Amino acid sequence: MLHRHVIPAPFACPEYGAPQDRTILIKGKQEVSGSRYPLWNWRHVLLVTIVAIIGLSGIGFSSVVSAAGEAAEQQIASIYSDVITDESESSLIPAPKPERSDYPNIGVSSRSLVWVIAQMHLFFGALVLAVPIFVLVIEFIGFRTKDDRYDDMAHEFMKISLTAYAITALFGGALTLSLFMLYPDLMTYMTTRVFGSQMLVYATLFFLESLLLYVYYYGWYALRYGNRKWIHLTLGLLLNAVGTTLLVVANSWTTFMMAPSGIDTAGAVVGNIWEVMRGPLWNPLNLHRFIANVAFGGAVVGAYAAFKFLCAKTAAEKAHYDWMGYTSNFIAILAFLPLPFAGYWLMAEIYAYSQQMGILAMGGILAWLFVIQAVLICTILFAGNYYLWSGMARTEGSHRYRWLIKYIAAVLILGFLVWVTPHNIIFTTDEIARLGGSNHPVLGPLGIMPAKNIAVFLMLIFTFLSFQIYRRADKVITVSWESWANTLMVAIYIVATVNVIFAGVYYGYFTNTVYKVGSSVMQVGSTLVVIVSGVVIDTFLFKGAKTLPVSWGKISGRSQYALFALPIAFTWLMALMGYVRSSVRTHWHVYAVVKDNSADNFIPTLQHVGNMVTFVTLLFLVFLLFIFWVANLSSVKQVPALELTNRAAAEGVA
Amino acid sequence: MNVLIKTLGFSLALMLTFTSVTYVLPQMKGEAPSDTDVDVAALTMDSFISLGEDLFLGKGACTLCHNNLGRAPDLVALNVVNTSLERIEDPLYQGEAVDAAGYLRESMLDPSIFVVRGFGKKGSNDTESPMPVANQPPSQLSDVEIGAIIAFLQAKDGNPVTVTLPAQTSASLAAADEINEPAKPMLAQNGKEAIAKYACAACHAVLDSQAAIGPSLNDVGKRLTIDQIRDSVIAPNAVIAEGYAPVMPDLSETMVVKELELIVRFLAEQTGDQP
Repeated sequence: MLHRHVIPAPFACPEYGAPQDRTILIKGKQEVSGSRYPLWNWRHVLLVTIVAIIGLSGIGFSSVVSAAGEAAEQQIASIYSDVITDESESSLIPAPKPERSDYPNIGVSSRSLVWVIAQMHLFFGALVLAVPIFVLVIEFIGFRTKDDRYDDMAHEFMKISLTAYAITALFGGALTLSLFMLYPDLMTYMTTRVFGSQMLVYATLFFLESLLLYVYYYGWYALRYGNRKWIHLTLGLLLNAVGTTLLVVANSWTTFMMAPSGIDTAGAVVGNIWEVMRGPLWNPLNLHRFIANVAFGGAVVGAYAAFKFLCAKTAAEKAHYDWMGYTSNFIAILAFLPLPFAGYWLMAEIYAYSQQMGILAMGGILAWLFVIQAVLICTILFAGNYYLWSGMARTEGSHRYRWLIKYIAAVLILGFLVWVTPHNIIFTTDEIARLGGSNHPVLGPLGIMPAKNIAVFLMLIFTFLSFQIYRRADKVITVSWESWANTLMVAIYIVATVNVIFAGVYYGYFTNTVYKVGSSVMQVGSTLVVIVSGVVIDTFLFKGAKTLPVSWGKISGRSQYALFALPIAFTWLMALMGYVRSSVRTHWHVYAVVKDNSADNFIPTLQHVGNMVTFVTLLFLVFLLFIFWVANLSSVKQVPALELTNRAAAEGVA
Repeated sequence: MNVLIKTLGFSLALMLTFTSVTYVLPQMKGEAPSDTDVDVAALTMDSFISLGEDLFLGKGACTLCHNNLGRAPDLVALNVVNTSLERIEDPLYQGEAVDAAGYLRESMLDPSIFVVRGFGKKGSNDTESPMPVANQPPSQLSDVEIGAIIAFLQAKDGNPVTVTLPAQTSASLAAADEINEPAKPMLAQNGKEAIAKYACAACHAVLDSQAAIGPSLNDVGKRLTIDQIRDSVIAPNAVIAEGYAPVMPDLSETMVVKELELIVRFLAEQTGDQP
């Protein structure tokens, strides 16, 4: 083929990778057995925690406890094992090399089937693991403030999580079955050779998660006050510890497939389970998923609150669900703000592991998906901001800040337009002639990363401004140094905005390429300075401040749709980014080790991806509505027929 | 029920909006590379070079980094042979190559042996290359494939191809001794030769031809820009001149960059004013 332009070949997405990465992994193995790691590393803590949790639960599952303890001992022993298996040992079994005929043909695309089931499991898994995190925080706030409203709200959140838990397990089981049925070689390799020693630990953790979840939820009112509340809070803490451990254990399977470690070039396992788990992408993914889960969980329960608000018949109900919706939105947006930084770390590590893998995601065939990502993230920011602006109607004090809204909106719209501007698209010869080149002479510069970075960071800064004016709306500040503090805050906003624009323009367009990445560090710093200083300054300003009455429930019905837009966009985004993360492996099940020779080993078109993502989002929404309905059903009581008759008679008399 | 319908409708509309964005973006499908059997006995130097070009753009994924975006040296723009010889002379070069083919092979099999300044792995101070080893996963190029890519890189700028054909490699040592002349591709040396080689005159009025199956090229430099001429050669059926059938063959499998540029430059000069 002969090309005039060098394009990231549509053919592309082929095989990139990095045997050199394998070297890194082997280095990692040596480091683990060296002195760089302290005696008590994370793994010890995890194992001891597991054993402690088992001990604390103390309800006689002796066989499981014994097995888990045995497994834990084996893990600990393996850490201290300095004996590195000789790669030439005949006992080393290489990874399988499945042929096309080794994949069962079930008449429909195996990948599509697994895609749907896996995504549903991940959606519900994220929800189930995330909700108890902020529920625990809300419960603790209620306990400290002695405000039962917090406690009731936390319990209601848990009701959703509990219903979702069973569905998570159902999809988890379906996923396991479908994977073993459709990808038998890969699954045998993963579950028996690579992660074999981890399976029992995972099963134990899952069992504990179930146990703690049920005790935590059903023991809520039995352990509500006094010292009993501490027991309940401890149960919540243990639930989250186990849940988070489940998350990071499952993440290790994913990151192993992307950047394998603890194996040799033939795929034979040469390291212990810790070396296999601790790949270069593991921690970045752990952090990213943890934060994203909280944002996702907050958004989903926000939709529940919005639904209940719109259905509410009384002012008290409206007030309760308005407050619940506000809290959910607060959680979702608060968790969402640091997410780009965690995503940046993950992508930087992907680049460091394999430049080609990184380029494929950000500059190759998958790069177009980031245009859709821009649309989704901007939807989230628009929805979050709009909800905050609408919520300002709850208090009369908001009139002092309303004039700022139009400027914030302008920045968000401009940021969105810059973000979605592509660098170039596929033109006909005639179009290129009319345009005067492949890039638009004016809009072309907006298509590259420095412009996007400026847009993103300004949108984040101004979203924080929305949040800040919302918080200030119901306060009358009384400290004498208010004007100084406000001047300082304004100065910080101006300096940060100028810095974000200057760093983006100067380093992005007028210096060497190597400085481009460095400029984003300055922009991240500026954004974080605004957020941190804003929170700190307001914390001091609010001391002794007079609080104006807030009329919960006094918010437009239209605003509640913003709370629906959030989970829809989050869900779509999660599915899309999960697809990108998975697709960077191209035609490898385990990157550069186990080749995918199935009929689905190609990267599909964007239309197909869009259809699949919408389908799973829609399916999730249907299940979610079922969960909301079931959660609601538990509080509905059927009135006995006799009572109904009496009521009717009474009304007749009246 | 009213709330349920409204919220479902709103959610659906939002999802369809997101989906519609995927429909307006370019649709590309990334096929997994397939292992093709190369009949080494039937290889000619031209087909060997063509194979190299396919591998360079496809399975080898070379252009993912080696392009004009500054991720790695732009092998398409550079005269790779001249550049290779300069690198061998670089005081920092620690390899054992003595000619361009050896340098290119060494670069593919041991990329870190010489890292071009500014292109090393982050934090390695240009001592470690981010490039994967060509004959290991995920690329897993065979010796024949590596040779083909080197042949393409040499030929694309009209340099002599010093890589021997695989068939010749497997021939007897005695026969190999006879191969002391570097194999040269049948590359055209100027625009007229290239036009003749690809038989453009069979359909177009150009040079001495008055053929009218395709539009006249005698004044094409007046009608089209140099970029449009290039595009018309690369993708002849993308834009069809009015009144003509889309019958021009796809030359992308056989034409190399050097010849394309010779043809394009020659045609750009054809403004109809020539004697």
